[in-house]
Amino acid sequence: MKTVFLTLLTTALINNVVLSQFLGLCPFLGVSKTVKTAAGMSGAVVFVITLSSALTSVLYDFVLVPLDVLYMETIVFILVIAALVQLVEMVLKKSIPGLYGALGVYLPLITTNCAVLGVSLTNVQSGHSFGMSVLSGFGTAVGFGVAILILAGLREKMQHNEVPHAFQGMPIVLATAGLMAIAFSGFSGLQF
Amino acid sequence: MMFKKAMQRIGNGILKENPIFVLLLGMCATLAVTTSAINGLGMGLSTMAVLVASNGLISLLRKIIPAGVRMPAYIVIIATFVTIVQLVLQAYVPRLYTSLGIFIPLIVVNCIILGRAEAYASTHPVALALCDGVGMGLGFTLALAIIGLVREFFGSGSAFGIPVMPDWYEPVAILVMAPGAFFVLAILAALQNKWHAPSATNKKHDSDLACGGHCADCAGCTAAANHAQVAEQTAENVRKLAEEKKQAAARKKAAAEKPDEGGAPV
Repeated sequence: MKTVFLTLLTTALINNVVLSQFLGLCPFLGVSKTVKTAAGMSGAVVFVITLSSALTSVLYDFVLVPLDVLYMETIVFILVIAALVQLVEMVLKKSIPGLYGALGVYLPLITTNCAVLGVSLTNVQSGHSFGMSVLSGFGTAVGFGVAILILAGLREKMQHNEVPHAFQGMPIVLATAGLMAIAFSGFSGLQF
Repeated sequence: MMFKKAMQRIGNGILKENPIFVLLLGMCATLAVTTSAINGLGMGLSTMAVLVASNGLISLLRKIIPAGVRMPAYIVIIATFVTIVQLVLQAYVPRLYTSLGIFIPLIVVNCIILGRAEAYASTHPVALALCDGVGMGLGFTLALAIIGLVREFFGSGSAFGIPVMPDWYEPVAILVMAPGAFFVLAILAALQNKWHAPSATNKKHDSDLACGGHCADCAGCTAAANHAQVAEQTAENVRKLAEEKKQAAARKKAAAEKPDEGGAPV
C-alpha cells in the first residue's frame, strides 16, 4: 500500500511530467485556454496513458525481450500507441458514446503527445513490472491533468488582467508555467 | 535555377520559418535539453540528421505510399531513422547519449519532422526535400544552441563547458533548472512581440505546414491526422442542422394547417 501511494505521489507531483520532465508541452500550452477543454484533454490522456503503459509493458516483457530485439522498442511503441489510440476511439464511439462525446476530439491529438511514448519508454528503461508500469502511467497522467487544469484556471483568470503588450499571448503563459514549475519543484523536498 | 531554389529552402528554414522562434514547434525537446549549449547543439544535430534522412526517403517514396496509410508509413520511416541515430550516438558519443536520455527516442514525436514530411517532402522532388530538411534542421539546431548558450551563460557562467564569467559572478542557478527553461523562452517570445518579429505568438501568418504552424493554437500538432475527424464532425453538424430545419418546417406546416381543420366545423 505504501509503495502504491509513494509511486502515485512521485509520478504525479514530485516528477511532474510537464513541469519537471518537459513531456507533453504541446497540449499543455495549446489546450489550456479554458478549464473545460483542459479537463477533456486530461481525461483522454489519463485513459490512453494508462492503457498504453499496460500494453507496452506486456509487449516489452513477452515479445521484445524473448526475441532479443530491444532496439526495435521505439518503432514498436509508437506504432502500438498510434494503433491503440485509433482502437480506443472506435471502441468508445461504438460502446460508450457519452465518454466519446467528452473525449473524442482529443483522442487523435494524443498520438504525438510525447508524454505517452515518454512514459512507456521510462517504464521499460527503469525495469518496472506490469503493475508498477500501469500505476506509474496512471500517476503520470494524473500529474499532467493537475498541471494543465491549474494552468487553464490561471489563464481563465488572466483574461481579465492587463498584461503588458510585449507579454500578451504566449510569453505570459510561458512565464506562468515557469512560476508553476517553481511551485512544483517544492515537492521534491518531500521526505519519507 | 535549381541552386537558387535549394538555397531559398535552406534560408527559409533558418530564418523565415525557423521552427522554434517562428513556428513554436517541438517545444518539449527545446525546453528540456537546452541546459547547456553543447546539449542543445547535440539535440539539434540529431534531429537534423533524422529530418534530412526522413525527408529524403519520404520524398523518394511519395508516389508509392498510398494516401490512406501515409501517416503510419511516415511514422515508421521516422522511427527507423531515430533508432539509427540513437544507436550511433550510443556507440560514438556516449556522454551526449546519456545527457540527452529519453529525448533521443522522443525525436519520433517531434512535430517538426512529421510536419515537414506532410507539408513538404510528400509533394516535392528529392533534392528540394533534402535542402528543406537541411534548412529546417539548421534553424532548429541554431535556435537550440542559442537558448542553450543563454541558459548556460547566465545559469552556470560558462559557454560550451568553458568558464567565461569572472570569479565574482554568482550564477543564476534557476536558469539551468526546469523553471528557467520557461522563463528564458517567455522572455525570448516577449522580445519578439516587442520588436514585432514574425512569430507564431504574435502574428496570424500562413505557413505551408500542414497545421498552419500555429502550435500554440492547434492543441497538439496533429492537425493533419485530425482533419478527417473535423470534416466528419462538420458534416454531422450540417446534417443535424438540416434535419432540425426540416422538422421546424414540418411543424410550421402542421401549425398552418391546424387552424383550417379547427375552423372547418364552425
